[in-house]
Amino acid sequence: MTLETILQVAAGGLLMGLIYALVAAGLSLIFGLMDVVNFAHGELMMLAMYAVFVIWEATGLDPMLQLPLVAALLFGTGVVIYRGMIARALSVQFNRGMVQIFVTFGLAIFIRGAAQFVWGGEFRAVNNTLLSGKSWNLGGVYLPLPQLAASVVCLAAFAGLLLISRTEFGRALEATREDRDAVALIGIDRDKIFAMGWGLGAGAVGIAGVMLAGFYYVGPNVGASFALIAYVTVALGGFGSMFGALVAGLLIGEVEAFTAVILEPSLKQIGVFAVYLAVLMLRPRGLFGKL
Amino acid sequence: MDNFITRRRHHELTVAAGLLVFAIIAPMFIKDVTTLNVIILSLLFAGLAQAWNILGGYCGQISLGHALYFGMGSYVSTLLYVHAAIPPSLGMFAGAAIGGLAALLVGWPCFRLSGHYYAIATVVVGEIGYLLFLNWDYVGGATGVYIPIAKPSLLNLQFGKDKLPYLHLVLAFCAATWLAAWLIEGSRWGYAWRAVKDDVVAARSLGVNIFSSKMAAAAISGAFTGLGGAIYGLYVGYIDPDSVMAGHFSILIALPAVLGGVGTLWGPILGAALLIPMKELSSSYLGGSGRGVDLMLYGAMIVVVALAQPQGVVSLFRRRAHGPS
Repeated sequence: MTLETILQVAAGGLLMGLIYALVAAGLSLIFGLMDVVNFAHGELMMLAMYAVFVIWEATGLDPMLQLPLVAALLFGTGVVIYRGMIARALSVQFNRGMVQIFVTFGLAIFIRGAAQFVWGGEFRAVNNTLLSGKSWNLGGVYLPLPQLAASVVCLAAFAGLLLISRTEFGRALEATREDRDAVALIGIDRDKIFAMGWGLGAGAVGIAGVMLAGFYYVGPNVGASFALIAYVTVALGGFGSMFGALVAGLLIGEVEAFTAVILEPSLKQIGVFAVYLAVLMLRPRGLFGKL
Repeated sequence: MDNFITRRRHHELTVAAGLLVFAIIAPMFIKDVTTLNVIILSLLFAGLAQAWNILGGYCGQISLGHALYFGMGSYVSTLLYVHAAIPPSLGMFAGAAIGGLAALLVGWPCFRLSGHYYAIATVVVGEIGYLLFLNWDYVGGATGVYIPIAKPSLLNLQFGKDKLPYLHLVLAFCAATWLAAWLIEGSRWGYAWRAVKDDVVAARSLGVNIFSSKMAAAAISGAFTGLGGAIYGLYVGYIDPDSVMAGHFSILIALPAVLGGVGTLWGPILGAALLIPMKELSSSYLGGSGRGVDLMLYGAMIVVVALAQPQGVVSLFRRRAHGPS
């Protein structure tokens, strides 16, 4: 491989890795807060992508401009899911771990079925956006603008999540994570914090979905493969660690990009999984995990 | 107390024997092929869920990668038949051995992980297996393998159009897994495994070897899952990575146990008896349109049962079966 190819592959991995990191950040936020792995995370991303497609088809509004709207929609969806199902799943007395796995899993299947019902099984794509087909040539390394924009937005969203953790609300979040019973004594409404956590988690994956819709097809099963990568990212970075999600997302993006070139594209995930297992052997709680 | 447990266990064995006799005889009067097919799949998944239950329910290790053992069992049995002419009646035990061995190989590194780390590692290992088989030409790659049709015989476990012998085969499989779980429940192992599930630290302080307990549970669970995979391959006559190794199979194997009641003898059977007919009927009546109504129903049912009966459907019967506790 020439240096130019290596740089090109590395750049591709970096752009994808930032998206993975943001998808994983939402998952990690929810997990860190209430010990729930959201198995419908990929389906939330899929919903965001369909929302972009529907709005684009109806109004011609560019995906980039839909960002605030769809992120808010997903925030609302997250809150509704928490209020409607997760709060109940957390209140059961027995088998709480299994109940939450299968409740979110059942939700994932339901959403997938609903998407197929409404939009059919075929792939859809948003065409002719402001950025599509354009690219930026950076000293011989070719950076497609949709991907570049996506990774910049993801990085910004990531920074936003970190900023939120510095605010009053962020401290309440952190306190709830530390001790979910004690916070009630100092006047924090735990239920409200959890609902906000779900809103933020879903909003984060929604932002990733909007940006992804600019260059990736939409179909009822698009969430599944991204979700799998997201679980691996979260476990690799360490459950509950935002910084871990960022590092792991970038690492996975790079490993995937290089495996696709060195072996073959159909095996690109094997490299990711192998690195993941190797890291877990050395650090059973991921790179930065405390939980 | 001991007396009560012994009585209860004998009672369970009697009930099981009665059900077995009924399940052998009753289907002989069913002629409808679709009904027989649903019964066969229900029994098969009852057995698979029981196999999962041995590791996930009794020992508390939530594996979401059982499709790997299932798929390897069905591939080994099928390939031995196709490439080495070893009849499936023997080959399926090779499938079981491979399933158990694979579970040990996966368990060796993964059992040092706990909770969600373990669950996600099993998903990943299953996915690696799926991708490797998909790209491995010797095992047919994405095209899969057909099981050549032979003269109906017990040796080849092929019975032509007659579904009843298949039904009895999966019934035997289901009964074997139930009996294994029953034996485990009353054995020293069973107590040790449940201790590992409830409290690792307490179990260790009482002298339970955590790692070997998990490995033993995994080996038994994996072997039965491999056996079930081999039988499934024979029944459908064609296997490819998507039909025997895809990730959703792992969930389908675990789901009846979870919905029926994890760590119980009857949960997996009850769960499969509810889930599989519902799934098959909804996909044959509603799935044909390709509009996902069957998936919506399936997903909604999982959510509702998991929220309404967190201990599984079996808990509805528990008071009567277990007496006052």
